[in-house]
Amino acid sequence: MNGKAITIALAGQPNVGKSTVFNILTGLSQHVGNWPGKTVEQRVGSFEHDGLLVHMVDLPGTYCLTAASPEELIAREYIIRERPDVVVVVISAASLERNLYLVAELLALPFPLVIGLNMIDVARQGGFDVEPQVLAEAIGVPVIPMTATRNEGVHELVDAALQVVRHGPDGEPNRPEIRRDHQEVLMALQTIIAGQVPAPYPQEWVALKLLEGDEQATEMMREALGAERWAAVQAILERHEDAIIAVAGGRYEWIRRMTRAALKRPRAGQITLTQRLDRVATHPFGGLVMLAAVLALIFGLTYSLGGPLQRVIAVQVIGRLSGLARQLLAQGPGWLSGLVVNGIIGGAGTMLTFVPILLLFFTAMGLLEDTGYMARGAYVMDRFMHALGLHGKSFMPLFLGFGCNVPAIMGTRIIESRRGRLLTILLAPLVPCTGRLAVLAVLAPAFFPARATLISWCLTGLPLVILALTGSVASRFILRGESSAFIMEMPLYHVPNGRTIGLLVWNRILAFLEKAGTIILLVSVIIWLLSFLPHGDIQSSYLAIAGKLLAPLGSLMGLDWRPMVALLTSFVAKENSVATLGVLYGVGQDTGALLQALSVAMTPASGLAFLVTQMLFIPCAATVAVIKQETGSWKWALLDMAFLAGLAIVGGIIAYRVASLVL
Amino acid sequence: MSHSTISLCELHSGERGAIVRLEQGSGCVGRLAALGFTPGASVAVMRNPSHGPLIVAILDTEIALGRGQARHVQVRRLD
Repeated sequence: MNGKAITIALAGQPNVGKSTVFNILTGLSQHVGNWPGKTVEQRVGSFEHDGLLVHMVDLPGTYCLTAASPEELIAREYIIRERPDVVVVVISAASLERNLYLVAELLALPFPLVIGLNMIDVARQGGFDVEPQVLAEAIGVPVIPMTATRNEGVHELVDAALQVVRHGPDGEPNRPEIRRDHQEVLMALQTIIAGQVPAPYPQEWVALKLLEGDEQATEMMREALGAERWAAVQAILERHEDAIIAVAGGRYEWIRRMTRAALKRPRAGQITLTQRLDRVATHPFGGLVMLAAVLALIFGLTYSLGGPLQRVIAVQVIGRLSGLARQLLAQGPGWLSGLVVNGIIGGAGTMLTFVPILLLFFTAMGLLEDTGYMARGAYVMDRFMHALGLHGKSFMPLFLGFGCNVPAIMGTRIIESRRGRLLTILLAPLVPCTGRLAVLAVLAPAFFPARATLISWCLTGLPLVILALTGSVASRFILRGESSAFIMEMPLYHVPNGRTIGLLVWNRILAFLEKAGTIILLVSVIIWLLSFLPHGDIQSSYLAIAGKLLAPLGSLMGLDWRPMVALLTSFVAKENSVATLGVLYGVGQDTGALLQALSVAMTPASGLAFLVTQMLFIPCAATVAVIKQETGSWKWALLDMAFLAGLAIVGGIIAYRVASLVL
Repeated sequence: MSHSTISLCELHSGERGAIVRLEQGSGCVGRLAALGFTPGASVAVMRNPSHGPLIVAILDTEIALGRGQARHVQVRRLD
């Protein structure tokens, strides 16, 4: 601690309200990024308390501190290496015993601890009664009661943390000990590794982890000890392969002792509201119906409310801005006006028109997550996801893809298995996003005036069917490997918290604007340049040349060079196809005239081919960038692009051939 | 100790069991143990459909558990 600032690490298991606490304290000062070198979300923020600057690090929510997942490794590495001034662990009074497991793990590390006992209100409703003072005396660590959703007790929690930092902990806590039958083994291990443990790892902790079969500790000590000593360690470990269960059992014995006097449970047989709702929500059939209804509602609301908002932005904001820019730049060179109006404002405008839809969609998804319903959705979909080689947890990120593929791919972080996560990421672009659906909605009537809606629904379903097929084939033959464990907590339903959802939506939109937005803008300017150079006329531009080079391919689908150019520009943002077609057919922004022109220039068969290609083609540049970011390499992003490009072309050709025969 | 243990999968909805042991091989013994699946702990089955994961209640929490994982948890039926 330096005189003016301290660092608090915030730890806790999932679903204890840790984020609520973090959000209350750090608010908008929070910065969401990644832990260095990892694709795990890192949240840090700061606030002032009692004249002191407090930096707070929100450690990933974990059930324990093993080496089994990157989140757990990050949490424990942070505490051991960065040595925060104090660790505040949030537990829920409604799931006290299980939450104390993490406390037990933390107490094995020699760092000052403060416990925040959250969700007092929820616990009381459920018939649980916890006495914080009694618990504090038993464990020997401050326990501060809170109801974070009402902002009660949070201030006192920070007070207690500051107290510990300023004056040191109040004596030694009552740390869990390993079960009696394994005590000798632990001591034997400690003796062998004594003095050989690399700093800054605590020796006793490392011995315990070795006994647990911890991979990181094992690797570390294998290198640090000589061959002889390591052989001795291995001999012991091989005789006690199940020690992890003994260690866990010992921690739970400690937990039972600590909570004996402090915790009063509800009478047996009380049925909670959660259980009542789950009678339907997790029912094999009823649950599916409920999920379908909820998702349909989200979809309907998002597009019916978002559509008008989008139009307002397009006309009032972008339209006015473009008009203004055109006026101001009328005196200057033509290319400058074109660059600013079409390249820059056009790109920014495309970005902005997404925002109303995304706002509504993310809010709805945020509500599902915060109320706890998301877990039920994942549960209900799990057996269907198996056909794709995935788990239920992949369903929601994929569904997010209907809004925008970028946050969908970022949302795959909740998937624990690397293989499942990779497969989900690669399949995500097949979920038709807002941009693609917009193109479909606008252009379908040009080719199928009578049956536009039917065609739209079919073409929305097409990529999804392909997604299912690709998933099941890929997982069977290509991305084989651990079909990993499905263990998912089903939290109590609870009233959604406005601040939590607000910040969640805010962070998602910010991510979209920062990542997708900058790329959309950049690629928009580049594409504009390609459409302008070298003569200032799009018909003779580099872009047109590129389109004409692709024309032979296009003719297999009944498309001339102009739709091919539109496909190229959809790399910026899917919606650009419409604007590009407008320019190339000489009708500008007039949609009605565009539909006219298209219905004359293209047969329904080629129109269908174009729409099919559009729905399956490579995603926008932003999505590609995020795929690269989340998979850690260009290899997968490029592979995915190649696959989708091939799929789009084959699909387009098939659609054209079949439709020519039928229509 | 009674040797008539069955796997968690074999308990029906509404039944309870006491955990006897966790078998290795499911790769998640540590995680299960951390969640409270330790010998002696009592677990109640909330849902056990014919396909798809189970939902069990342990230590005041409901947990969805894949059949593969549940198969490796040996329990003694309680009534």
